Amino acid sequence: MGPVISLRDAVSLAGRFPLLAGVTLDVAEGEVVHLRGPNGAGKSSLLRLCAGLVPIASGTAFVLGHDLRADRQSVRREVGLLGHASFLYDDLSVERNVRFAVRAARADLRGVDEALDRLGLGGRLRSTLVGSLSAGQRRRAALAVVVARRARRWLLDEPHAGLDAMGRTAVDELVRAASASGTTVVLASHELDRAGRLADRVVAVAGGRVVAAAEPSAPGVTAGPATPGAEGDDARQIAPSGEAEEDGRDVA
Amino acid sequence: MWRDALLVAGKDLRIEARSKVGLGQVVPFALVVVLLFGLALGPAAGRGSVLSLAAPGLYWVAVLLATVLAVQRSFAIEALDGASDGLKLSGLDPAGIFVGKAAAVCGQLLALEVVLAGAVALLYDRHLAGGLLLVASCLAATVGLVSVGTIYGVVSSGSRQRETLLPLLFFPMVAPILLAATKAWDAALAGTPGRGTGWLDVLAVFAVAYLAMGTVAFGPLLEDA
Repeated sequence: MGPVISLRDAVSLAGRFPLLAGVTLDVAEGEVVHLRGPNGAGKSSLLRLCAGLVPIASGTAFVLGHDLRADRQSVRREVGLLGHASFLYDDLSVERNVRFAVRAARADLRGVDEALDRLGLGGRLRSTLVGSLSAGQRRRAALAVVVARRARRWLLDEPHAGLDAMGRTAVDELVRAASASGTTVVLASHELDRAGRLADRVVAVAGGRVVAAAEPSAPGVTAGPATPGAEGDDARQIAPSGEAEEDGRDVA
Repeated sequence: MWRDALLVAGKDLRIEARSKVGLGQVVPFALVVVLLFGLALGPAAGRGSVLSLAAPGLYWVAVLLATVLAVQRSFAIEALDGASDGLKLSGLDPAGIFVGKAAAVCGQLLALEVVLAGAVALLYDRHLAGGLLLVASCLAATVGLVSVGTIYGVVSSGSRQRETLLPLLFFPMVAPILLAATKAWDAALAGTPGRGTGWLDVLAVFAVAYLAMGTVAFGPLLEDA
């Protein structure tokens, strides 16, 4: 079976500003990949590209067999994206928000209760307006949408951000359970240890490009190419801290 | 498409029922506009007064202004916390999103028009004759207005100048609807509905044309927003 995500020299622009400067990356079915890199490295843009939200200017990008150059809409229903924004409506309750997303995705509504319970959003919080939630609760509600839609590919942007210890543990358990059931997960996180423990592979992003990839259990190793086709400048070293060498150029 | 339209319309109406922006702001705004016209042109002193003669036009100008607010509100809820990205990611048919958002605004505007009609009858001293033509022209004009409004609502939603851009784009496009609706109402209120049926046809044509245009164009416009 081919990779779920296959990017070759993918470039994305916001106007004339580069979001991604030639990303080459493969993600296999069922794999958990941790994207790491400094702020502005392009991690969020990479996830948004894979979700079909960001257009590709050059290179190739296939997600779940969909050519993102030709059609970005088809892939959207098949992925669950947790972004910096919650994508929720303040004037709807948590449950109404999740039910709307599940119905829109034509998923099974029976997944709503389970998702809310797993994220600790049962009881009183279920009927609370999203606008009244704390930042952490809002984050959990956004994650509940991803879980309830039962997408088989998750794109999680800083999933631990703003969560308390219990919430962070819940996220870890969700990712592990998803991975065990064969869900492909790509997560961008500055929580190097925590995210590294969840991942099958660590990919370092800097300057809008993938600069290194390695097994998370091999700190300090010299990483091979990020993908079979990536060579030369794309193959750098992941330091023991997990941070790759950067080329010093920030990209959104 | 219809399933998605119902889903989006239900969501928008539920948000409106919760936030009560339409009831608390758009309706009072439109009533104040009608009242201000009355102060500027009144007082209404019988059938021949300026206010009484201008009542159909003033009514539709008030509806137009309220439409801008209702459409802005409809897209403001999508601008909060990345909700528009959520809408794109939802997998909903863009044509369904367009019809759903337009239907939700349409429902709110029709309710507003009933209230405004009562205000016009009371303040401008006009008897609401020709009921069938009044209702039919309201329906056709409102569909046209919200279709144009929803098209330009999504265009302007991606702009930082969205508050001023929407009226700038919207008003010129709906000038024919304003003209036809005013003429239809004028004929109805004058007790000569036969004179207004031609204008009703014009409204129907615009309604169908703008609705069709929106279902086709909304997807690409949403992508660019």
